[in-house]
Amino acid sequence: MATAGTRRRARRIDWVMLVCATFILLIVAVAILAPLIAPHDPTQVDILAAHEGPSASHPLGTDALGRDLLSRLMYASRLSLLGPALIVVIATFLGTFLAIAAAWMGGWFDAVSSRILDILFAFPGLIFALLAVALFGPGLWAPVIALSIAYLPYDARVLRSVALRERNLPYIQACYVEGLPTRTITARHLLPNILPFVFVQATLSFGYALVDLAAISYLGLGVAPPTAEWGLMVANGQSSILTGYPQESLYAGLLIVATVVAFNLLGDRLATRFSVTTQ
Amino acid sequence: MLRFVVQRVGALVLTLLVASFVIFGALYLAPGDPATLLAGGRATPAVLEQIRVQNHLSDPVWARYWDWLTGVLHGDLGQSFVYRQSVTTLLAPRAGTTVFLVVYASIIILGVGVTLGLSAALRRRLGAVVTVGTAVGMATPAFVAAIILITVFAVNLGWFPVFGAGSGFTGRLWHLTLPAIALAFAWVAYVAQITKASVREELSKEHVETARSRGIPAPLIVRRHVFRNALIPITTVAGLTVAGLIAGAVVVEQAFGLNGMGSFLVQAAGQKDFAVVQAIALLLVATFVIANAVVDLVNGLLDPRLRLVKGR
Repeated sequence: MATAGTRRRARRIDWVMLVCATFILLIVAVAILAPLIAPHDPTQVDILAAHEGPSASHPLGTDALGRDLLSRLMYASRLSLLGPALIVVIATFLGTFLAIAAAWMGGWFDAVSSRILDILFAFPGLIFALLAVALFGPGLWAPVIALSIAYLPYDARVLRSVALRERNLPYIQACYVEGLPTRTITARHLLPNILPFVFVQATLSFGYALVDLAAISYLGLGVAPPTAEWGLMVANGQSSILTGYPQESLYAGLLIVATVVAFNLLGDRLATRFSVTTQ
Repeated sequence: MLRFVVQRVGALVLTLLVASFVIFGALYLAPGDPATLLAGGRATPAVLEQIRVQNHLSDPVWARYWDWLTGVLHGDLGQSFVYRQSVTTLLAPRAGTTVFLVVYASIIILGVGVTLGLSAALRRRLGAVVTVGTAVGMATPAFVAAIILITVFAVNLGWFPVFGAGSGFTGRLWHLTLPAIALAFAWVAYVAQITKASVREELSKEHVETARSRGIPAPLIVRRHVFRNALIPITTVAGLTVAGLIAGAVVVEQAFGLNGMGSFLVQAAGQKDFAVVQAIALLLVATFVIANAVVDLVNGLLDPRLRLVKGR
């Protein structure tokens, strides 16, 4: 145990965090640059080349319709990462706003919004998304909006306790006493100080969002073929497993797991850094 | 104690009412006329009128909600337009499969997860392996676990069937083993991690040190002093696990071609068979909310400290 009062903490590089961050940057880069670096057109069908193994022209082989797997996986990363990103942005944005508002105003606003969020807690994300699909049809937007609403209570609850803690600190009280308007205090002082926690929550939520959204695509209720998306590719490739060609499903599944692990570990490490208790 | 129970049950009923209202009201959020939606798209004006009368669509919202709710409580879950049958008749056989699957998965989660966590906490080397394993396991969605299991155990090794729910108890057990494992996969990792952390923490507590210094044999210490206390955080996450199992069951049933409530929900959502979607969503949400309340009550019973931390 380090003794209390040590001045210089040994600066050890957190390898786990570094690897995770690098992997995430890599995946995001691939997603953005997919049209430039993908070797083939992901929708180009070539029945004669179906189920090929790894080769020079198809580094990861082909799927049941002869489409290049590597290109499809690259293009798929765009949607597979965009969806969760949208969910996280919406949920954390609204969650932060609600959290600060509840922490600052307290009283009836806090009570009412907490009750509403409690009700939302009753809906597992996937169920909410299925309801939305039944109402508005499959695609990208219905599940994204539904999942954003479903994730809102988790973000709002965590950030609310953070905001409350921050709000009761002396420096905020000082601003208040000085007569600074609420907008200034919350925007200029409260918000920047809880941003690290917002970021951690966003990182952790990303993993769950990716899994849920991929599940919806797997169920055939997300984006439609021939668009490439990791969850959809797992579903497409499932019938090929029975004929001895598990590549499409396995590669796509592997990418999902790897990305989620990276985000989860990164989120955990960041959370420890900012000394926040993870949910 | 009684006050705690009453409070918790009260909150449960309130949540159920509001949640059911949300599910009920969702029908009116959709674009288009509710009668057309319930009829499933194209229908003659006569049929639409019949539906309107049947569902009292001209009554005020509260009356309609009350009718619907009382109907549900009496077992009338509406009519599926796809199958032209009452939803209850359609659900009855399917519910059994889903319940079997979820219970099977829960047993695996508790049995394997807790054992793994416990052993990992007691042995250094296993602990490191488990840490890595759980990080990966928790990130694995049920459908990815499903295809890995299918690839390895069903196609390559041929130990288990690829799809279907089987019949009879042993048939069901054999058919549902892979789905149950797929469903339990991520949660086993989660429970193992929590158990390991909890046991580790218990082991470092003073009462354990005292017991050790008094010469009590290690297995006895673990069983009597460590285990029971370490279990408390696990019961706390039980609520979250139930939600995950419900959502996961939907995906796993689809992956293995099981004819359960989950796959029926997916099918109905795709077909916009709204009565079915409403009914199953209501059942699943109600199960989740009730399970959470039960877990809270049990936790309150086990750990008196939790009863005091109540209210906002």
